[in-house]
This record gives sequence, structure tokens and C-alpha cells, in this order.
Amino acid sequence: MTTLSRFEIHQPASALEASQMLAHYGEDAGFYAGGTELLLAMKHSALNYRHLIDLKVVPGLNSIDVRNGFLEIGATSTHRSIERSALVEQHQPAMAEMESQVANVRVRATGTLGGNLCFAEPHSDPATLLLVLGGTVKIESAAGAREIPVGDLIAGAYASTLQAGEILTKITIPCAKPTHRSAYMKFQIHERPTLGLGLWLETPDDGRTFTSARVAVGCVCPFPARGLNAEKLLTGSCTEVEKRLPEATDAIADAADLLDDHEGSAEYKRHLIHVFLRRVFRKAIGEALD
Amino acid sequence: MKLSFELNGKPATLEIEQRESLAEVLRGRCRLTGVKISCEAQVCGSCTVLVDGLPVSACTLLAYEVRGKRVTTIEGLAEESGRLHPLQQAFLDHFSFQCGYCTPGMILAAKALLDDNSVATDAEIVAHMNGNLCRCTGYLPILKAIRQAANEMRDEK
Repeated sequence: MTTLSRFEIHQPASALEASQMLAHYGEDAGFYAGGTELLLAMKHSALNYRHLIDLKVVPGLNSIDVRNGFLEIGATSTHRSIERSALVEQHQPAMAEMESQVANVRVRATGTLGGNLCFAEPHSDPATLLLVLGGTVKIESAAGAREIPVGDLIAGAYASTLQAGEILTKITIPCAKPTHRSAYMKFQIHERPTLGLGLWLETPDDGRTFTSARVAVGCVCPFPARGLNAEKLLTGSCTEVEKRLPEATDAIADAADLLDDHEGSAEYKRHLIHVFLRRVFRKAIGEALD
Repeated sequence: MKLSFELNGKPATLEIEQRESLAEVLRGRCRLTGVKISCEAQVCGSCTVLVDGLPVSACTLLAYEVRGKRVTTIEGLAEESGRLHPLQQAFLDHFSFQCGYCTPGMILAAKALLDDNSVATDAEIVAHMNGNLCRCTGYLPILKAIRQAANEMRDEK
């Protein structure tokens, strides 16, 4: 059994105190939010922290609320608590469904959404969907607070743009409206997903036309990517959009840095995007999958 | 650190190191070797135990996390009389194991499901159990056992 190197766990009373603790211990310290990824990295000595600052004990950091048309999810909310939240189910069902399929029941019981986003593991689900739902994150430090889109949080594989002492405290997602359609699907045959695909559409006429679209792909690339050029192709009448799905596939694939790796070749991943774009479109508009 | 928690229904207080996983504490200090170690990456489920009724990977959960909580291992399932838990009996009835290495984790994961949802459909059982891997039996005997236990647990209520 792998034994971790020695470390000391600290329990801050507030996000500000957590930030000060991190500043105090510097590179010897890391935030500990769920441990599902951090502890694996520490087992393999990819990270060697001597001080863990336990954000789970910070009061109020795991709340889930709706305010002014936005769903606000505290950073230390577990995947399970989001999956089971009546508020999330009611106001952003695509988010609840995606969370119900993250990893496995054990990871969902302990892993947190904030930790997941900060860790930026490439083969992960939440960030890809949050990109299309318009999710933002609140980042706090002794210097103050700022809010940035989820896309600006992720710098690359296993890398976030957080500066020393900054803490992600909240994830904010616009509530779904009756004119919105969204869905997330993944393809997985190994421990982690090979492909994740998120789609958000706006339709004023119950799916006959789409006036706005956002699409993002993850897992096939070092970090989730919006397919901006594909999004133009996904607006128009439903028939037109369906015809343009192959073209949109290429635009998504070109926007992502498709990797040749143990999950398959870049060409194979382009094919997966092709298959799953059609499926996720059907799912988003409520049609049966083939 | 001093760790106080409830272990299989009884209070426990131990002196542990903060770096110790729950599996290290349960196996090494409490001698509960029904907690099986395999992938050590939260993928296989063989080390599944319940913390406040929820399944966790003991291999990657710090024992620090169970302070003040209820921990259930496979050793805590049978009654004092020796009568097996309906899930244990059902796994025997359906021969839902060969080597048995995954079985404690399978049974505890299934217990978490049935305690929460005693009318789970096959699809719900499969979705819940898909993070517990068995390399011997194929999964059908496991599904059958969980179905049987669900029926019995409903009848007992």
C-alpha cells in the first residue's frame, strides 16, 4: 500500500485565512478540497506538499443557492451534493445530470467541483459543460475578489491561472430558461472519459430554429475548448443545423488540440466528435438517440 | 492526531498520523482486512467502505476525514448472532464471486444504494455499481444478488 509522505493539515476559519496560510507556507503548501486528485498526485510524488490547507472546513464554502437568475455553487460542494441538489435539478438539469456521471459514486461522494476545476485534469467532465453553460468562477484573495469565465481559469493540462494565495470560492451558472436546450455526453471505455462534448442552444420556437449556440469539447485535448467557428454553423433552422453537423465537427476538431495518445489517435477522436455531436444535438433537443 | 469515530457501531479512538489513509488505519491499526487494496487510484472499488452511509475509496481518503463520523466495513455487516446481512447472503446464494477480492467493496457499495433506494431498478443498480470492478464472475450474478437483497430488505422493513 502506498504511504504518503508526512504533511500537516491546517484548518482555516475563512477563505481569507486559508489564503494567508498559503502565503505563509509558500510552495510547501497546497489547498485540499476533496483530495480525489490531489492525494493521487501526492502518492506518485507529482506533488510534494508538507502542508495541506483544508478548505472543506471553511464555513459556507459548500452552499448551493439561486440568486437573481444564477445558480451559485460553493467550491467545496461535492459532486454528489450537486447531483442530488433539488435547486440544481430545477435550474440547470444538464449540470445535475453531468455531475451524476462524474467518475464513480465514491469519487462523487468526496470530490468537489472547485477542486476539480482548479486541478484541470484533462480527462474530466465539469469544465467542458460549464464552458457552454456560461459558467464563471469567483476567485478571492487578500487583495480582493474577481470573477472570471471558467475558460479563463484553465491554463492547460493540470494547470490553472490561479495566482499564489488565490482561492476559487464559488461557481456561478446562469439558470436554464425555457428557450434553452443543453446537454453533455461522454464516451468512456477506460478509467477516464476519452471524449466529453457539451452543447447549449437557444431556440425561441421550441426547437424549430436556433438563434445562438455554444459547443465545447474536452478529454480529447489538453484542456476543454470552445468550438467558436462551429457555433455559427449550429444556428439557423433545425434542418439546416442537422445538415451542417459534419462541417461543425471539423470546426470543433480544428479548434481543439487533438492529441494522439493511449486513448486513440487524433483522427479517431475527430471521428468520435462526429458521432457524438449528432447524439448530443439530438439529446439537447429532446429527440431519441439512434 | 487523535482520531475519534464510530467503527462498525462502536466508538473508536486512535492515535494516527495525518498522512494515513483510511485503508491504512482500518487494515493496519484496526486489523479489518476486509478492506481490500488494489488499484489505489479510486478506480476499482475493492477498498470501498461506508462513511456516514456513503461509499468512499478508503485507499485515497485520509483517515482524518472520518473524525466524528460513522465508518462501516464488511466486518460490521453481519448481526452479532452471526446472521448475515441480506446482501452477504444473496452474494452467497447467487455465487456472485470467485476469488472474492472485490466482494467486500461490492457489498458495501450495494448497501449504500439499497439503504438510500430500496426500489432501485436494474439501470439504477448498474449505474451505481459501475465503479466497482470484478475480474472473475461477469456482473450478472452480482446484479441478481443485489436484486434479491433489495427484495428482502424491503420485506424486512
